[in-house]
Amino acid sequence: MPKPPLNNRAQVRRTMGTTEVSILVFFAVVIVALIVISVLFSVEGESELAFHPMDQFMIKPLFGEYGDPVYWYTVTNLTFWMALAVLCVVLMFVLGTRGRAIVPGRSQSVAELTYGFVFKMVEDVTGKEAVKFFPYIFTLFLFILFANFVALIPTSASPTSQITVTAFLALAVFLTVTVVGFVKNGMKFLGLFWVSSAPLALRPILAIIELISYFVRPVSHSIRLAGNIMAGHAVIKVFAGFAAITAIAPVSVLAITAIFGLEVLVAFIQAYVFTILTCVYLKDALHPSH
Amino acid sequence: MAIDTIDLELAGSCVDDGGSAIGMPQLCDAWFANQIFWLIVALVAIFLILTRIALPRVSAVLAERSGTISNDLAAAEDLKRQATEAEAAYEKALTDARAEAQRISGEARAAIKADLDAAIAVADEKIGAKAAESEKQITEIRAGAAASVAQVARDVASEIVTALGGKADAATVNAAVDARVKGN
Repeated sequence: MPKPPLNNRAQVRRTMGTTEVSILVFFAVVIVALIVISVLFSVEGESELAFHPMDQFMIKPLFGEYGDPVYWYTVTNLTFWMALAVLCVVLMFVLGTRGRAIVPGRSQSVAELTYGFVFKMVEDVTGKEAVKFFPYIFTLFLFILFANFVALIPTSASPTSQITVTAFLALAVFLTVTVVGFVKNGMKFLGLFWVSSAPLALRPILAIIELISYFVRPVSHSIRLAGNIMAGHAVIKVFAGFAAITAIAPVSVLAITAIFGLEVLVAFIQAYVFTILTCVYLKDALHPSH
Repeated sequence: MAIDTIDLELAGSCVDDGGSAIGMPQLCDAWFANQIFWLIVALVAIFLILTRIALPRVSAVLAERSGTISNDLAAAEDLKRQATEAEAAYEKALTDARAEAQRISGEARAAIKADLDAAIAVADEKIGAKAAESEKQITEIRAGAAASVAQVARDVASEIVTALGGKADAATVNAAVDARVKGN
C-alpha cells in the first residue's frame, strides 16, 4: 500500500490491514498451487498457456483496423473509457441533481455526499482559504474515481493505469503547488525546506532531504496510482490466463472474483489517496512554515 | 508502400509480430501525445461541467436546504414562544376569572347579608310591636280581670251574705271587698 499522509494513514491501514494481509496470503497459496499444477500439465505437454497480462494496457484506435497509426488526435480505446468517466460525471452531477430537491432523492444524495466528502476533505486538510481550489481538486477526484471504476468493466482500458496519464495529473499538481507557493509566499516558500525547529547544524542536511522529497513527490504521486491499478488488472489477467486449463479454471475464477473485490476497494482508495495528497501538498503551498 | 511502412512503425514500435505488447505498453512513447491530449480533453470537460453546471447547482441546493432548515427552526422557535405566551395568557385569564368569581361571590354574600340584616331588623321590629301590643292586651286583660274579680267578689259576697240570712248592705260589702282586694 502507498503511504497516505497524517492521520489518514492510520485510517487506511485499518481499512486495508487485516483484509489485505489475509487476501495476500490466500493468493500466495493459490499462486503456488497454480504454478505446481501448470508445471505438472506442461510435463504432460498439454499446456497451451499464453500470458499477455500487459496487452490490456496497449493503446489501439477505436475505429478502423488494428495497427492503424495512433496520432495525437486519434480516437483510441483510452479515449472511449475516459469519455465514459466523463459521462459518469454528467450522469451523477447533471442528471442526478436535475431535480434540485430540498429533500434529495437517491441520485441527488449520492452527488451531494460526494461533494460534501471532497469539500470537507479540502477544508479540513488544506484550510478554509483553499476552498477556491475545490473545483480543481474535485475534478481530479472525480476523474480518477470514475476512471478507476469504469476500468473494472471487463475488456476495458483503464486510463489511470497509464503512467503517462497519472504523471500528467501529478505534474499538474506539482506545478500548481509550486507556482501557488511562490505566488502566495514569495521567497518565504523556501522556508518549507529550512526546518527551523531542528538544530542549526542539521538544517542543511534536512534541507537537502526535504528538497529531494519535494521533487520525488510527483513521482510517488503518479506511480502509486498507476502502479496500483496496473498491478490489479495484470493480476486479474494472469489468473484469467490460468483459466485455459480446465482443472484450474474454477480456482482461477474464484481468484479473479476475489481480486476483483479487492480492486473495487483499491479503485476508491487510490482516488481518495491521490486527492488527499493533493490537499496535503497544497497545504504546504499555502502554509509553508514547518 | 513507403507510407505503409511509416504507419506500421508508428503503430507497431511497441508491438511485436503477434500483436502483443513489448514490455510495458505504458512506456511506449509513440502513444504519449495521444494519451495526454485526450486526458486534457477529459479533464477540461469535467472541469467545465463541474464549474458551469454541477457545483453551482449543488451548492445552491445545499445553501437553500440549510436556509430552509434554519427558517423552519426559527419558525418552530416562534411557534414555541407563541405557545408559551398563550399558556401565560390562559393562566392569567384563569387567575383573573378566579378573582372575579371570588369578588362576585363576596358581593353576593354581602348583598344577601344586607338583605338578611334588613329583614331581621324588620322582623325584630314587628316582633317588638307585636310583643308590646300583647303586653298591653295582657295588661288590659289583667286589669279587666282584677276589676271583674272585685265585681265577682262583691256580687258573691252580697249573695253569700244574703244566703246566710243577713242583709247585704251594698256599701259595706263594697268597702269590705275593696279592702280585701287591695290587701292582696
